Amino acid sequence: MENKEVIAMLLAGGQGSRLGVLTQSMAKPAVPFGGKYRIIDFPLSNCVNSGIDTVGVLTQYQPLELNAHIGIGIPWDLDVNNGGVTVLPPYEKSGDTSWYTGTANAIYQNLAYMESYHPEYVIILSGDHIYKMDYAQMLDFHKENKAQVTIAAMPVPMHEASRFGICIADDKFRIIDFEEKPEKPRSNLASMGIYIFNWDVLKDALIRKKDQSNCDFGKHIIPYCFQQDMRVFAYKFDAYWKDVGTLSSYWEANMELIDIVPEFNLYDESWKTYTNANSCQPTFYGVDSSVYKCIIGEGSDIDGDVENSVLGVGVTVEKGAKIVDSIIMSGTHVGADAVINKAIIAEKCEIGAGCKIGAGINTPNVEKPSIYNSGITTIGQGSVIPPGVTIGKNTAILGETTLSDYENMSLPSGQNIIKAGD
Amino acid sequence: MKAAGIILAGGSSIGLKELTTKRASAAMPVGAAYRAVDFGLSNMTNSGIKTVAVLTQYNSRSLHEHLNSSKWWNFGRKQGGLFTFTPTITKNNNWWYRGTADSLYQNMDFLRKRHEPYVVIYPGDCVCKFDFNKMLKFHEEKGADISIAVKHMEDSEDLRRLGIVEMDQDKRIRQFSEKPMKASSNIASMGIYIIKKDLLMKLLQESHDEERYDLVQDILIRYKDVEKIYGYEFDGYWSNINTVDSYYRCNMDFLKKDIRHYFEKEPAIKSKTEDLPSAKFNEGSVVKNALISSGCIINGEIENSVLCKKVFVGKGAVIKNSIVLNETYIEDGAVIENCIVESHERIPGNAEFIGEAEEPKIVRLKN
Repeated sequence: MENKEVIAMLLAGGQGSRLGVLTQSMAKPAVPFGGKYRIIDFPLSNCVNSGIDTVGVLTQYQPLELNAHIGIGIPWDLDVNNGGVTVLPPYEKSGDTSWYTGTANAIYQNLAYMESYHPEYVIILSGDHIYKMDYAQMLDFHKENKAQVTIAAMPVPMHEASRFGICIADDKFRIIDFEEKPEKPRSNLASMGIYIFNWDVLKDALIRKKDQSNCDFGKHIIPYCFQQDMRVFAYKFDAYWKDVGTLSSYWEANMELIDIVPEFNLYDESWKTYTNANSCQPTFYGVDSSVYKCIIGEGSDIDGDVENSVLGVGVTVEKGAKIVDSIIMSGTHVGADAVINKAIIAEKCEIGAGCKIGAGINTPNVEKPSIYNSGITTIGQGSVIPPGVTIGKNTAILGETTLSDYENMSLPSGQNIIKAGD
Repeated sequence: MKAAGIILAGGSSIGLKELTTKRASAAMPVGAAYRAVDFGLSNMTNSGIKTVAVLTQYNSRSLHEHLNSSKWWNFGRKQGGLFTFTPTITKNNNWWYRGTADSLYQNMDFLRKRHEPYVVIYPGDCVCKFDFNKMLKFHEEKGADISIAVKHMEDSEDLRRLGIVEMDQDKRIRQFSEKPMKASSNIASMGIYIIKKDLLMKLLQESHDEERYDLVQDILIRYKDVEKIYGYEFDGYWSNINTVDSYYRCNMDFLKKDIRHYFEKEPAIKSKTEDLPSAKFNEGSVVKNALISSGCIINGEIENSVLCKKVFVGKGAVIKNSIVLNETYIEDGAVIENCIVESHERIPGNAEFIGEAEEPKIVRLKN
């Protein structure tokens, strides 16, 4: 096989449990974003826009949607003869077989894949973030500094720094120390989980650390590189980068796309985002429709009011329905006169006529207050909401619900109905 | 499927006036999401036809750009494929296509190499959803030499722009006149034909030897009493977008839910997807009864209109009863009513373009 200068390894196996029912049946990178996209489209598009045509996608948690989405990589032009996209699930081995137990462990288990391309550099990415980045520029930086490892890092507010891996760098951006989630951060330069390694360095580190349990880049591999006194550099990135790991950050990032000139601009011709979208249909707006400050996906049929919302592909909004501050994913049907307020409704849901969603007081979720706490109603993929029911805030619904699931035709704020997921 | 397909996309319809200055009629945008040629290509792939040739000549750059990949219609296979033929100068031939029959004759090699016994021919500007399997079944049952798809037209239709046929009880075509001043029936030829490959090749050779170059006049009409030509009646939606009026009406038809869904449902009409972001509606947007494509950014008012890909509508701009072709930028406050706005235009903010309901105005500022 032809040698590749650089190949990418994209970690896409994480659950993203803080996204609640949205990740019940799919890994976080497969979660739809911005109407027609899925989160993984952003790093994948970054790869092809940066000229990287060999990408290994490591999957583990609920890979079905992800596999179907990636296919053979046609939307990203990754259906090439040499290289392209390869989905890399955990596999059985003759000796010890294990799941991917950590980010670095997952990459370690795929040494043979990387080896087959004889790369000079390997870039490690995660499928969890929304951003546009030219990895080719980062690679240039890596080469100019004769670095062995380069970590993409961005300045974050000091009070948030303790949530990140923090790089302490000198004025030439050589990292002199690295601390994973420090209590008292000494810098605000946060690691974005994007690493470029010289292949020999990566291979050596992974092999030496192979017996480390839950081997992780931030916790084990990067510190190891420091121990070996390697040249580790920080590539400063100061543009839009969003971790959409919680329901509120996910909701916000979608809403930000609606701004007149959004900070994260999908309409930028020079850095296109590609996705596996089959539909090229226009969207129809009926005589009684009203759309105001929103993004609406292809092939949708809008007869109601939509305001400050992001709608996916093939969404139907019947007459009299009113959708405000919400995210409605592809293929969902919203019945006549339904009122939806600050909700995230996943794909292929059926919202009955006259439903009121996102009503009532803002009490945190009883079972999972750490997940459902920002006033957002979350309805999982394929759910059915019978006509006429009222659903409160900080609620989660999953599955085909019927009237018998609701007391007095309503689900109070902070309650859940989870009927699927077995 | 036992047929190869040929799409005749060489023409520019005079009836489309300045709209065809830029492109062949087969490349005209239709229903905000399609190009006219998508209907032929989709009907063929949906009928299981594996090999399709598109014959182009007139101003074919737009069309070639659209056909730059065959994957959208699933033609990029080892068996079969999508071919585009433009006129080529060779040692023995330095002619453009002198007519539809000549364009086929000049690509006789394509026919010679096919293993499929039949050929289906479809015009590049015909908007309909068509199952060639049904027509082929009819063709074989009738033992026809040539079958022509025909459509019973409404009385209100202008028949002078169509080919008009008369059939006997057995559906054999007895009369055929091209664009008659006075139509003898209301049955129009849709320009869709099925013919045995060998017979087509023989007729093309004979016509060529007699220096006759038109498929309709010199083959179908001339041979109608020699060969058995049957009319296959089609009763679905059909529009031939060869005049400004029919083009405008066809696009407005897509505002109707039943017509739009008819084309969207499987087997759907497929087009090239261009990786554009979804349409975006900013403050100030008012949209009623409209079709809006991906990549559009809307700040103004839109009513009873069809907007193709990547149209920008500025604040306070008003667009009514109009079709706006792709990548046009409409500045703040412009007013457009009963118009067809050309692609890649920039409409200035103070501009007002108002056409008649019966006669939409073509807005074309760039040359």
